[in-house]
Amino acid sequence: MSETVLQHNQVSYLEYQGRFKGLFAWIFSTDHKRIGLLYLYSMLVLFSVAATLGLLMKIELIAPGKTIMDAQTYNSFFTLHGITMIFLIVVPGLPAVFGNFFLPIMIGAKDVAFPKLNLLSWWIYILGALVVLSSQFIGDGPPDTGWTFYAPYSFRTGTNMLPAVTGAFILGFSSIATGLNFIVTIHRMRAPGMAWMKMPLFPWALYGTAWIQVLATPIVGVTLLMIVLERTLQIGFFDPALGGDPILYQHLFWIYSHPAVYIMILPAMGVISEIIPTFARKTIFGYKAIVVSTLAIAFVGYFVWGHHMFTSGMSGTALYTFSILTFLVAIPSAIKIFNWVATLHKASIDIQTPFLWALCFLFVFMIGGLSGMVLGALSANVHLHDTAFVVAHFHFIVFGGTGFAFFGALHYWYPKMFGRMYDKGWANIGLAIFFTGFNTLYLPMFYLGMIGMPRRYYDYVEEFHGPNIVSSFGAMLMIAGLIIIITNLIRSARKGEIAEADPWKGKTLEWSIASPPTLENFDEIPVVTKQPYDYE
Amino acid sequence: MTMNDHVHIDEHRDDEGAKTGMWIFIFTELLLFGGLFIVYSVYRYLNPLAFHLAAHELSTFTGTINTVILLVSSMTIAMSISAIQYKNKKLTLILMGVTLFLAFLFLVNKYFEWSGKISHGIYPGSTILQEASRGEILFFGLYYTMTGLHALHIIIGMAFIGYVMRLVAKDKIQHDNFIILENSGLYWHLVDLIWIFLFPLFYLIT
Repeated sequence: MSETVLQHNQVSYLEYQGRFKGLFAWIFSTDHKRIGLLYLYSMLVLFSVAATLGLLMKIELIAPGKTIMDAQTYNSFFTLHGITMIFLIVVPGLPAVFGNFFLPIMIGAKDVAFPKLNLLSWWIYILGALVVLSSQFIGDGPPDTGWTFYAPYSFRTGTNMLPAVTGAFILGFSSIATGLNFIVTIHRMRAPGMAWMKMPLFPWALYGTAWIQVLATPIVGVTLLMIVLERTLQIGFFDPALGGDPILYQHLFWIYSHPAVYIMILPAMGVISEIIPTFARKTIFGYKAIVVSTLAIAFVGYFVWGHHMFTSGMSGTALYTFSILTFLVAIPSAIKIFNWVATLHKASIDIQTPFLWALCFLFVFMIGGLSGMVLGALSANVHLHDTAFVVAHFHFIVFGGTGFAFFGALHYWYPKMFGRMYDKGWANIGLAIFFTGFNTLYLPMFYLGMIGMPRRYYDYVEEFHGPNIVSSFGAMLMIAGLIIIITNLIRSARKGEIAEADPWKGKTLEWSIASPPTLENFDEIPVVTKQPYDYE
Repeated sequence: MTMNDHVHIDEHRDDEGAKTGMWIFIFTELLLFGGLFIVYSVYRYLNPLAFHLAAHELSTFTGTINTVILLVSSMTIAMSISAIQYKNKKLTLILMGVTLFLAFLFLVNKYFEWSGKISHGIYPGSTILQEASRGEILFFGLYYTMTGLHALHIIIGMAFIGYVMRLVAKDKIQHDNFIILENSGLYWHLVDLIWIFLFPLFYLIT
């Protein structure tokens, strides 16, 4: 028995041959690492589609009037772009890919608490993705409401809303299953000696995220269900003609969808909290402050949804309350920024690709966060609501924050996941082009919003032409950068140099095991005695 | 012995963890209905008179009967968990069977209640409702949605309990390993609890 254990522990999870062969060995695997990669590959495909849609929209906006598509196509493009990016990539992204892969390893476990449920959540994810995408091909044309499905338009439009809404509903179950799994895993499966305050910060971030996934997702689930019933059975939940209140829809939608922003950003912050101490070769500054601010963000994030609705019609008291709470939620985010920067102070920094991604994250996240403060202020919001400013703001947070952290995480953990190292030169060139393109794309949109360009139109007046050319050029540059980055990563998975077990000299548990990890991660469950970032 | 015929991960058993997972899932179910409760409260607040009048259309008697049925079924499933701990397999199966029967009875009542309403022309999109006040449209829309969603949960709960019964019959669940039975009981209590809220909201507050 012990001999067998030893034997199959020497096989990496990539090579392990179980009951199934070929593709089935992956799509029926309950190994958390393989499931993580299944998510990664699915998202890569979906991301390419959604990013292409984004690029096409920016090409449309390169000149006033119709350039390459008409208004209806543009509407359906931004709807599909939004649904795919939000529900299929950014919300599940970091927890599903890196959480699945690294949460058990970082807390010293062999797998998550419910491996079968974990596989099921991937299957539900795929089902949801297929249902969402089917809205493009069947029925009366692609949906055109935007990803928020605002009532009453979402049940008045003649387009094919049902699959899009149903798909988003299904994806909610996948999200809940993952969150539930992670909470139980963290509570029950930490290695001996790993007290809560010895847990690395990425698992902490996943813990906060998981609670939001579990407690917020059901609300959007039932809201989307109401949209489905409203369209099929004419129950008047949100239709003013039948007595319903469309504003109530907005409340219910944002009660989920604002916490969802923290589902997106908390794990991103967790990733940055891992990368920075590793390359600073230093214990992270203010570990406890980061933990507390993670939980504070998760908690306060529930009470700020109204700031999406400042112009929808709410009482003055509600407006002031939501505005002040929005400012409050910035405090824990700022605490983290200070802690990361303080960690870098007087550190002997090893500048590597993942670290550069983390630095770029700090830059874009600061811009995104501060522009959020501008929007959180009531008077400024009235002026900027529904303009390109908002679009720039949330792309700086969602793409700039979560997206940069995602690529940072990919470059950080890549040698561990695949056992090979990517070409660092090309990775850095790709990042430089991507970063330049990103800022060239979104910074002009702040300006465009301030001078009054509305969002979600395929056309604009001549005054807005100049900045739009710059912005569209930035989009092309950014996509070029992305192609370099992704090509480099795909190529290196087969041809890269063999990586060491601990190429970055990291201290958390994942660096103590082989690259790529063996099937059961650890030969023996480790006993934890030190703090996670012990560089003394 | 080659590595191929060795199950790769030792069966990880953690009853406490399984129960934690079930509780978290129950939170999500409560929040799912919570969204509907919010919608109900908002519209009740906006249309007090119409909700008052519409509630008179529902039969308090049927509602009460169904409440009693569900409460008793919750008791029988709880008793079945005790029975398995006393190693009494037969009693466990009987009590679970009674639970299923009561659940079925609940659905039968619900069926007659709904079909009565529908035969009176009260259903979403009906001509009678279209002429009714907005508050009444909302009341019956919510009534059908919330009791319908609850009935769906009853059916899911029945499937769950039926599946667990099979496991008990095949001795997969025994006195020292009954967490699945306990979880199905927890789920059934949830279904019961939601009804405890639906009952006063629709039948009693008039």
